[in-house]
Amino acid sequence: MTAMQRVNDFVVRFANVNGSGSASANRLFAQSILRMGVPATPRNMFPSNIQGLPTWYEVRVSEAGHCGSRGGTDLMVAMNSQTFEKDVEGIEPGGYLLYDDTKPARGLRHDITVLGVPLTDLCNREYSDPRQRQLFKNIVYVGALSALLDIEPAVIEQLIAEQFRAKEKLIPANVKAMHLGRDWTLQNLPCPIGLRIRRSDRVGDRIFIEGNAAAGLGAVYGGATVCAWYPITPSTSLAEGFSRYVKRYRAEPETGRTRAAIVQAEDELAAIGMVIGAGWNGARAFTTTSGPGISLMQEFLGLAYFAEIPSVIFDVQRAGPSTGMPTRTQQCDVMACAYASHGDTKHVLLFPQDPHECFTFGAQAFDLADRLQTPVFVMLDLDIGMNDRLCAPFAWDDSRRMDRGKVMSAEDLDAARDFGRYRDSDGDGITHRTYPGTHPTKGAFFTRGTSRDEYARYTEDGAIYQHNMERLLRKFETAKQMVPCPIRRDAPEGARYGAIYYGSTAPAMDEAVEILDEDGIALDTLRIRAFPFHDDVLRFVAEHDRVFVVEQNRDAQLRTLLVNEGEIDPARLLRVLHYDGTPITARLIVAAIAQAISDAKIVPLRKPAPKVAS
Amino acid sequence: MTFLPKPTLHHPDLPTNALGLTRRDYEGAVSTLCAGCGHDSISAAILRAVFELDIPPHRVAKMSGIGCSSKTPTYFLGTAHGFNSVHGRMPSVATGANLANRDLIYLGVSGDGDSASIGLGQFAHAMRRGVNMTYIVENNGVYGLTKGQFSATSDKGATSKKGVANADSAIDLVGLALQLGATFVGRSFSGDKTQLVPLIKAALRHKGAAFIDCISPCVQFNNHVGSTKSFDYVREHNEAVNMLDFISGREEIVTDYEPGSVEIVAQHDGTLLKLRKLAADYDPHDRVSALGYLQTHSARGEIVTGLLYVDLDAEDLHDHLGTVATPLNALTEAELCPGSAALAKLNASLR
Repeated sequence: MTAMQRVNDFVVRFANVNGSGSASANRLFAQSILRMGVPATPRNMFPSNIQGLPTWYEVRVSEAGHCGSRGGTDLMVAMNSQTFEKDVEGIEPGGYLLYDDTKPARGLRHDITVLGVPLTDLCNREYSDPRQRQLFKNIVYVGALSALLDIEPAVIEQLIAEQFRAKEKLIPANVKAMHLGRDWTLQNLPCPIGLRIRRSDRVGDRIFIEGNAAAGLGAVYGGATVCAWYPITPSTSLAEGFSRYVKRYRAEPETGRTRAAIVQAEDELAAIGMVIGAGWNGARAFTTTSGPGISLMQEFLGLAYFAEIPSVIFDVQRAGPSTGMPTRTQQCDVMACAYASHGDTKHVLLFPQDPHECFTFGAQAFDLADRLQTPVFVMLDLDIGMNDRLCAPFAWDDSRRMDRGKVMSAEDLDAARDFGRYRDSDGDGITHRTYPGTHPTKGAFFTRGTSRDEYARYTEDGAIYQHNMERLLRKFETAKQMVPCPIRRDAPEGARYGAIYYGSTAPAMDEAVEILDEDGIALDTLRIRAFPFHDDVLRFVAEHDRVFVVEQNRDAQLRTLLVNEGEIDPARLLRVLHYDGTPITARLIVAAIAQAISDAKIVPLRKPAPKVAS
Repeated sequence: MTFLPKPTLHHPDLPTNALGLTRRDYEGAVSTLCAGCGHDSISAAILRAVFELDIPPHRVAKMSGIGCSSKTPTYFLGTAHGFNSVHGRMPSVATGANLANRDLIYLGVSGDGDSASIGLGQFAHAMRRGVNMTYIVENNGVYGLTKGQFSATSDKGATSKKGVANADSAIDLVGLALQLGATFVGRSFSGDKTQLVPLIKAALRHKGAAFIDCISPCVQFNNHVGSTKSFDYVREHNEAVNMLDFISGREEIVTDYEPGSVEIVAQHDGTLLKLRKLAADYDPHDRVSALGYLQTHSARGEIVTGLLYVDLDAEDLHDHLGTVATPLNALTEAELCPGSAALAKLNASLR
């Protein structure tokens, strides 16, 4: 057997028991690699459970900076006896297994390096309290890993000190536990192993944060003052992030009172109802939810579209339909959001690729909602929402001003000849509104989900109804120029094939393009960042023979949207799909695209290329 | 409904309120409800209450759901913004609106279908959160716009216009409101303006969730023999526990009552409630005994009306959340956005 030899480029997977306190130790491990200047991307694969079921934490170390999931395991830290056999099976040939050999395991593979550390024994000798034995065991294995992978102990000590800044008493105990594992390993096992961390400078000024927290921060910077939400995985930490940043940044100095209202609603219907009530009344308001919540909100979303009320919805997508896989990732709400509610509707969607864009789009969504007077969806997913990710630092331009859109003040109303709430005086489909209570005699109107004329008066006149529906389309056209534009990246020599992707698929796609290029397959790519689609999207499709649409759902939802909105010949858009609930990998994209291109070469030219699914 | 437009001319001698406005300034569009509908009487009572309280009409936000009752906000306070939202969801929209601007007066108008059937959950949560609003249910025990189906407040055994008996138990919104923590609860009858107008005035001046269940007979579908929400039935079974006079600060209190039979209580904003006791054993400050009293009398087939409960020290949702005094929709950019310096500091902590 040849043991794997890799520096700064491997995957470590931790198999733990949910609720055993492993999460913070695993995060500590990932951070220690980042502090050594080596990019590392963790992903938490957790069950819909609080305590007892298996959970995994994958850390992809990649000096080249690949943040996508890679698949496979080079070093397994097997801490869960329930899944031990399967975990060992999953190790790549030549890889490594670290396990607690207090109770020796039998029948281990011979094509891997087995590293036994008596973690339970070490902890039982050192600690008498059962909870301490459990918690410190996690830190002990981080210490063992530092010896095996050559991670500088000082880096870990520093991180422990930062983590327990508020509870200083805990610092020496944790440092001691780390050294307990490290010292035993140094004395008893050959260190370091073939997988190694070598100090580098590839992290730069990047920050490490989860997308949900970043989006919550974006809402603070975007001026949101009302958050109404109902707890649902994987969106809960977005509302919690907003609460945390509100506490930090929105306390009124003189009184300590809060410049925001956060209400945990009784359900998602009430949550979106509160958002719409607040948006109608001139506050920037949002809710945060996931697929089942989007389903519940449909009627209200139609009201907000038709009555034209600014509202922001963060949808942290998870695997559907129905309850689906609540703790697994997918991009499966694209259609449900784009055309949410009965009747003819279309909604603005934003697709952030990482926490940096979760922040940026999280703030921008409020400007768009106010400007366009309509619901705006920020489409995260579990993969970017709930995992810490290395990304460009947040940036804010202090000269930037909130765009509150076309709102008339009392002075404006006095100066205006006439006020018609739904009268398109500028030709862009966007009309003027007033906040309730603005003027004693002018500018009041009745908001309703029923059809009405330009002065907001109830009508069932078909011509007036249709005129208004056409205007809403015009407004959607206006939106195209306001939403984030797509990002195109062409192969140096240009390419016959293109690939369209969005959201959390980005890092896997970036890596796939590199691999395909090495294999001699050139690919132009376009990352879509918003719906309605910018004209550049249609241009991109027109300029390529075939375009792969890479996404994480079964039904190729973005492709459907492209076909529908762009009137594109479906044969020209090839599906590359991944939807088993795990994040998409470069390996999968490469395999699907390479296969499709090689198949296409033997197919007569007149026939459309076959559709590709995975 | 009438098709005749209202004349725009005002009588020169129309009385004015402290703002110099006449009652005509508090009117809305012409009602499209059936002639004789109880809801129109409630609209008139609301109009009178707001006028007499000297509230500028544009400082009221009119919130409603879907149904006959929910249409009525168009028919009063024409210079106020209104929001006719979706069926059963007025409470959440009103809650959000209230969060955005705590300085306006929120008047929710709903029906028994809207609040007791499809919207029972939202009704309950608005009450328990203490949203500072007046929540009026125009309760006729029937679905009017869809032509005569029973609603959830129809009494068990009551018969429909077609003679079918209702087999389901009735939901008592007053009982629910009390149990859920509403801090002002009243019941009245659309046909009794002397009772209703002061109740609405007191509710509008109450800080917290103020609920009024107003029986409002449906002349089309629920005003027949066998109905327990008809004009005749309600008149016969109405048992008022007290008579309320609402006194704003500028009026003089005249002592024209027997000692012990009248209680005068001050609300937070300085207004006074003068309560003349009709039922000697009824105490509107005791939530628990109020619930017992209501159930006992309801079992006898009586409809207990009046100011049923008031908590003068009530808090509202903003108090619970600790929000600033400035309306959230009026906060400035500087107060909302922490800026680039704070962000740089935060970035540094995330490395």
